[in-house]
Amino acid sequence: MKRLFVLLMTACMAVATGSVALAQEAAPDALVKTVTDDVLKAVRQDKDIQNGNTQKTIALVQTKVLPYFNFNRMTSLAVGRDWNKATPKQKEQLAQQFQELLVRTYSNALSSYRDQTVRYKPFKMNPGDTDVLVRTEVVQPGGRPIQLDYSLEKTDKGWKVYDVVVAGVSLVTNYRDSFAQEVRNGGIDGLIQALASKNKALDSGKGA
Amino acid sequence: MNVKTQQKSAWRGWRGSLALAAAVLLAGCAGTTRAPSPQDPYEGFNRTMFEVHEGLDKVALRPLAKGYDAAVPLPAKMSVHNFYENLWDVSRGGNAFLQGKPREGFTGLGRLLINSTVGIFGLFDVASEMGLDQGDEDFGQTFAVWGVPDGPYVFLPVIGPNTSRDLVGWGVDQYFYPLWWHVDNVALRNSAVALRAVEVRAGLLPGDKVIEEAALDKYAYIRSGYLQRRASQVHDGNPPRRDDN
Repeated sequence: MKRLFVLLMTACMAVATGSVALAQEAAPDALVKTVTDDVLKAVRQDKDIQNGNTQKTIALVQTKVLPYFNFNRMTSLAVGRDWNKATPKQKEQLAQQFQELLVRTYSNALSSYRDQTVRYKPFKMNPGDTDVLVRTEVVQPGGRPIQLDYSLEKTDKGWKVYDVVVAGVSLVTNYRDSFAQEVRNGGIDGLIQALASKNKALDSGKGA
Repeated sequence: MNVKTQQKSAWRGWRGSLALAAAVLLAGCAGTTRAPSPQDPYEGFNRTMFEVHEGLDKVALRPLAKGYDAAVPLPAKMSVHNFYENLWDVSRGGNAFLQGKPREGFTGLGRLLINSTVGIFGLFDVASEMGLDQGDEDFGQTFAVWGVPDGPYVFLPVIGPNTSRDLVGWGVDQYFYPLWWHVDNVALRNSAVALRAVEVRAGLLPGDKVIEEAALDKYAYIRSGYLQRRASQVHDGNPPRRDDN
């Protein structure tokens, strides 16, 4: 009887500490929902963003979205096998340039946002999971819903997004072929250079 | 001109274009430092076709689509779109049956029935309002379910990116598309094909800027996006996870 009691107590404590730990950091699906709702609300209220003010949109993404992304991981996924050839300094430069490019792409997609709504699909994870997929759907009037999934991993700073998958297309691994080609042609520095000049061209408003 | 000489000149024309294609292929292959992508063994040829496509798009397809987009009011655009899409439910439903998904197949047939009648010849997508979601099957996916591999990647002007398997599947779907083959008035049919091409291109306009800005190499970006998208469609949105390096 006593043994049963101890067992029960231990179980209760385990559950209690578990729930405290969960409460301390947002669950990945809740995180995605909060950030999405927050950003869409900001876009809806801002006429400048709706009219395509790139600087303002980028600023919004930088403050509201960037903190929840792990760009090191994203960059390593996009670079693939060549990532290990890069020095820490090169890795830092790659991540910085790639981040600039992705933020701009994402900002552009955001400024074309009109009256779509986001539907969150049922999410389940096991207590020990450190790598999860949160599935959502963008519903647009008069069109087929677009699947929009986020891959998140657990870090010491909470859950971070490391991939965004639109209609089955990973925005990160979609770069693998062209990145590998740049590395073949000019090494890691060649890739950094290519990304930097792409960003520079976009900055000066030339597009591609 | 009798039939035989007609055939002969047709063959000559064919031979001419074959020779041209071979020349282009060789020219494309020579002098590139590109390591071949395993799924794209004819990259040189494909890149040339991609350039042709981009040229055509710039001078004809895109301007037409932009004009259409600006001139036609939204409800009319949606009705045009719905009309073409309604007839695609024949193929979507049929392919669902061929892949052993009767539920999705019947949904497709139900949509076709409802939209063709209540939706006035498909001008209004009433079925979606009723909760009958549009399926996403085609013959390329049916081939995939039957075990046919992707085959080499092919990019063709106007038609766009395809795997060899999906190009054949695309042909099969077009063959069974009611509007193309069951309209005897050639002028009407050609207009219908042209309007569809413009209508589809207009739907892609919002993506132009995103791809243009995102891609380091537009050809590779589109290829990779297409191949990922198809893998996802074949597995109904749940493709096996790729290996992370």
